[in-house]
Amino acid sequence: MAELTDYLKGFAVTFKKLFEERVTKEYRGGMAKPGQPDEKRPKVERLHGRHVLNRYEDGMEKCIGCELCAGVCPAKCIHVRGADNDPDNPTSPGERFGYVYEINYLRCIHCDLCVEACPTQAITESKLFEFSFTNRNDAIYTRDELLVGDDGKPQKLPWEDWREGEDELTSGWMRATSPSGDHRYEGVVQWSEELGYGVRAPELGQSAETADADADAGTSGGGDA
Amino acid sequence: MTFAVDPLFVDSFGLSEVVVVLLKVVLVFVFLLVAVMLNIWFMRKVISDMQNRIGPNLAGPWGILVTLADGIKLFFKEDLIPEKSHRFVFKMAPYLSLIPAFLVFAIVPIGGDFNRADGSEGVVTILGHDTLLQVADPPVGILFFLAMSSLAIYGVMLAGWASGSKYPLLGSVRASAQMVSYEAALGLSIASVVLISGTLSMHEMVLAQTGAGFGGFIPSWNIILTGFIPFVVFLIAGTAELNHPPFDLVEAEQELVGGFHTEYSSIRFALFYLAEFMNQITMGAIIVTLFLGGPAGPALFVPQGWWIGVFWFFLKLMVFLFAFVWLRATLPRLRYDQLMDLGWKVLIPLSLAWFLVLAGIRTGRDRGWSSVEVGAFAVGFGVVCMLCAGLLMMALRSARIARLAELEEDRAGLHEPTEGGVPWPN
Repeated sequence: MAELTDYLKGFAVTFKKLFEERVTKEYRGGMAKPGQPDEKRPKVERLHGRHVLNRYEDGMEKCIGCELCAGVCPAKCIHVRGADNDPDNPTSPGERFGYVYEINYLRCIHCDLCVEACPTQAITESKLFEFSFTNRNDAIYTRDELLVGDDGKPQKLPWEDWREGEDELTSGWMRATSPSGDHRYEGVVQWSEELGYGVRAPELGQSAETADADADAGTSGGGDA
Repeated sequence: MTFAVDPLFVDSFGLSEVVVVLLKVVLVFVFLLVAVMLNIWFMRKVISDMQNRIGPNLAGPWGILVTLADGIKLFFKEDLIPEKSHRFVFKMAPYLSLIPAFLVFAIVPIGGDFNRADGSEGVVTILGHDTLLQVADPPVGILFFLAMSSLAIYGVMLAGWASGSKYPLLGSVRASAQMVSYEAALGLSIASVVLISGTLSMHEMVLAQTGAGFGGFIPSWNIILTGFIPFVVFLIAGTAELNHPPFDLVEAEQELVGGFHTEYSSIRFALFYLAEFMNQITMGAIIVTLFLGGPAGPALFVPQGWWIGVFWFFLKLMVFLFAFVWLRATLPRLRYDQLMDLGWKVLIPLSLAWFLVLAGIRTGRDRGWSSVEVGAFAVGFGVVCMLCAGLLMMALRSARIARLAELEEDRAGLHEPTEGGVPWPN
């Protein structure tokens, strides 16, 4: 008898689902006709998406062509060649700059090791992953495409589906864990300013969450001080 | 015996009668195709609702044309015939399962006003001819349904066999074993209905279920008159007969790729798909006719006519189509031995015993037994049934114990590596 009621419980579950909210969103990749819904699901702040090459506030490029990102890349998808700066009209502060910078997005696994390796925070990842191409050559992003524009925001290439607000946070993961994910550096600013944003504030991270929880619960302890 | 009870053929048979019959055939044909299209859409939409998804919503309003788009796509895909297949049988099999699916619906009454009491219940007038809203009403009625559902097994069986490939063959062997086993339970519950209605003709079955029953408001439907058990058995056995979840072992993806239609592609696959969903509609319609009074129902609206029957018929049919989707969304697939256990050890004994009870009550009523005698019969029969069930369970248990002991013995023997043998893993 219990078996039978268990069966009925199962039927009740599926019937209740009829009236629940749908979890799927209607995404049309920016190709929606007028009146059609075209939503993206909200993304987490530190999503690893398409890379950007950052600039300093004076417009100078951060990349120094050191090839550390190319060396650390497990998918071998980054190709960098440095060149000496023209002393009269330098591209980046210092001696050298990234002359060739290419990322092959057919290979990239978005692991963010290049972001960790970069000594000047030149390369970070935006929150965009809605980009597709129809041939292999388009999959290779060059320096011209990766560099942020004059307003410090990523370039919106024709085959990419940018939405409102998605170009704001291009360095979430770096700011949360740098350097090397060591918690002792949490909240310590270890990065240079960015074009259009200045020096970005650090993320508060886990200790902030513990502090909040402590305040809410009215007890102390928990988390590493 | 008359050739047919349809009033169309009573007086004369000429060209205009042929036209009326052809009209009905074409109507039912078109109706079935459209209904299958909507049924597949309905299934996908409801099942996605039950899984918190949106489901198909691009082709047409609410995605209602999704089946049409699928059909067009399948039509233009490449048609493959495997090299090892038996070409003629391979090509014939889809039609063997499709044609019975079409034919069964011919005996289903789908409308007509059954609230009249002047002997013309369910009769409509088409082109000046009195006729029934049903393509044919053969005196053998429900037996035709059994015959056609048995014929449909050939389509599945031959499709698997002719593919010349192992998974389709396994799928079709399963299918035929399953359909043959469940047909027994199906037939026994139909026998209960036939016993109560006293007729095989579908139209007369509906007639027998019209009118007010107990208390004036509970309908005198067979689901109540036969005591609910045959209805449950028929629903379960019918679902199994359709190879519908949770009885879809025939096309268990995890085990058999696609089952009997693994090697089928393009329009031939579409025909199997069409047949499957058409059988669902037909099975729903048969259940409605057998147990729920078919198109008969109270007249709720002031302007009355044949369409009241159509309204009731489709309302009842929708309940079952929804129930099939509900089953699909809720129950996991049975294992093969569970399937056979349910069919042979539960459904067949249950429907057989219930049939005997009904037969006993019927006999008693015919001979004018008093209520005390009927009660005594019921109690006596209950005791006999309990005894039989007990004996059956004892037999099953001792068989199981013997089987386990044998297995244990085999393992013990195999554990020691024999000469040239491989040790049995413990």
